[in-house]
Amino acid sequence: MICQDCNQRAATVHFTKIVQGVKNETHLCDECARLRQNKSFDDVFSIHNFLAGLLDVSGDSVRKQEYPNNFICSKCGTTYDYFKKVGRLGCNNCYIEFKEKMNPLVRKIHGNTLHTGKVPKRTGGIIKKRRELQQLKLQLNDAINKQEFEKAAELRDKINELNRQILDM
Amino acid sequence: MAKWLKEIGPHADIVVSTRVRLARNIEGFPFPHILNEEKAEELKKIVMESVISGNSTLQNHFNIISMKDISQIERLNYLEKYLVSPDLIRHSNIGSALINKEETISILINEEDHIRVQCLLPGLQLEKAWDLAQNIDDLIEEKINYSYEEELGYLTACPTNLGTGVRVSVMLHLPALSLTGHINGVLKASGQIGLAVRGIYGEGTDFLGHLYQISNQVTLGITEQEIISNISDVTMQIIQNERSARDKLLHHRKIELEDKVFRSYGILKNARVMSRSEAMQLISDIKLGINLGLIENNNMEILNELTALIQPGCLQKYYAMELSESDRDIKRAQLIREMLG
Repeated sequence: MICQDCNQRAATVHFTKIVQGVKNETHLCDECARLRQNKSFDDVFSIHNFLAGLLDVSGDSVRKQEYPNNFICSKCGTTYDYFKKVGRLGCNNCYIEFKEKMNPLVRKIHGNTLHTGKVPKRTGGIIKKRRELQQLKLQLNDAINKQEFEKAAELRDKINELNRQILDM
Repeated sequence: MAKWLKEIGPHADIVVSTRVRLARNIEGFPFPHILNEEKAEELKKIVMESVISGNSTLQNHFNIISMKDISQIERLNYLEKYLVSPDLIRHSNIGSALINKEETISILINEEDHIRVQCLLPGLQLEKAWDLAQNIDDLIEEKINYSYEEELGYLTACPTNLGTGVRVSVMLHLPALSLTGHINGVLKASGQIGLAVRGIYGEGTDFLGHLYQISNQVTLGITEQEIISNISDVTMQIIQNERSARDKLLHHRKIELEDKVFRSYGILKNARVMSRSEAMQLISDIKLGINLGLIENNNMEILNELTALIQPGCLQKYYAMELSESDRDIKRAQLIREMLG
């Protein structure tokens, strides 16, 4: 018997499926059988299915809570249910509207919910300054603890200047 | 032919290539999977203009390739050279790529995210690949507002890419660790420190030709430099382990190894029918033989090039014809014989 997928090699794997009394036989060679199996595994473990799975088991609060049909992004129309199904959000606004539900998931994926990396140069000016401010405050505490008062005074001036710049932005 | 296939980079005895990828989206547009064709076209123009009319020296070096305008063989060919992704092909009605002439940079438009910047270099060149990606990122951002949020960083269609949007990966050839069974330890340890290990030619090709791809899983809460240094540290350790496994094989199992390498060489130079997986395995053996000095007068570049040329899309492009699977096996054997001389 010849493999019914490639029509070339001999069929060595035979499946019989009976659904509601209808018998369906499949005859495949090793290679095609493996391909089919891998494909079905890939489908199961695709990242989006996997994410949807995470959502379904991410604790009773998420699983049992019924989301009303109007749990929907006002900008792009994506529903939370749709996100659960496809693992993809519709637009940047979804992150704002689904925030409560997203945070536990994001933490589960990344172990964290706070970005510490690159900031866009053009639009991220204020974010950069806030981060700089945070750093300076830590340095100031350190200087005070070490009783390096001259350095602390310098840092305090820098902090005041940065605060002023942020207010002007 | 792409630079990563044509040239030999640092640590080339083990590291085939380095890739850095950034995921970015543009404010005001829905993510690509719900984007209509008209909006997608508008978005494509915005990205193209930002790259082409940017003031960088890179601007003259890009070709624009719309997925809908090229054949399935061409798409497959770009995919096998890692210049486009399966997702871009799936979105072929709206997907495009800007690819530079050296084929080291590709900017994918309307893939899973609006923009995916990808840099691919031969050997281990993490910093250089990162610098390239970073320059393109800054260039695009000069004219575009990215979707960005203070806490979550760069916003992406899938939450697995949030934060930096950075995925760094290295492709490693690890025959000795595989042959000695030590590879399982590497896989386990990598998983434990948040790195993913995969085979490199996708579906059903796991670890074909002893090739492994290691990449970061986490993209949020960690800086780009931390991601790069993690991958770099782990890669250096794997390189050392692979080299020492190769030395041990050479000292304790030299005849067995020589036999394997020369048998593989004989088959590659003489076979008339060759499947992809067999070819990948045999080429892996020869590369190991060259690295250990068992075979002389051989060209590593040709073998690297072959690993791409024998893939279905590249093979059909090379012979400029559509080939059935059995015809491919025959042409593959022919091409290998010709190239090995």
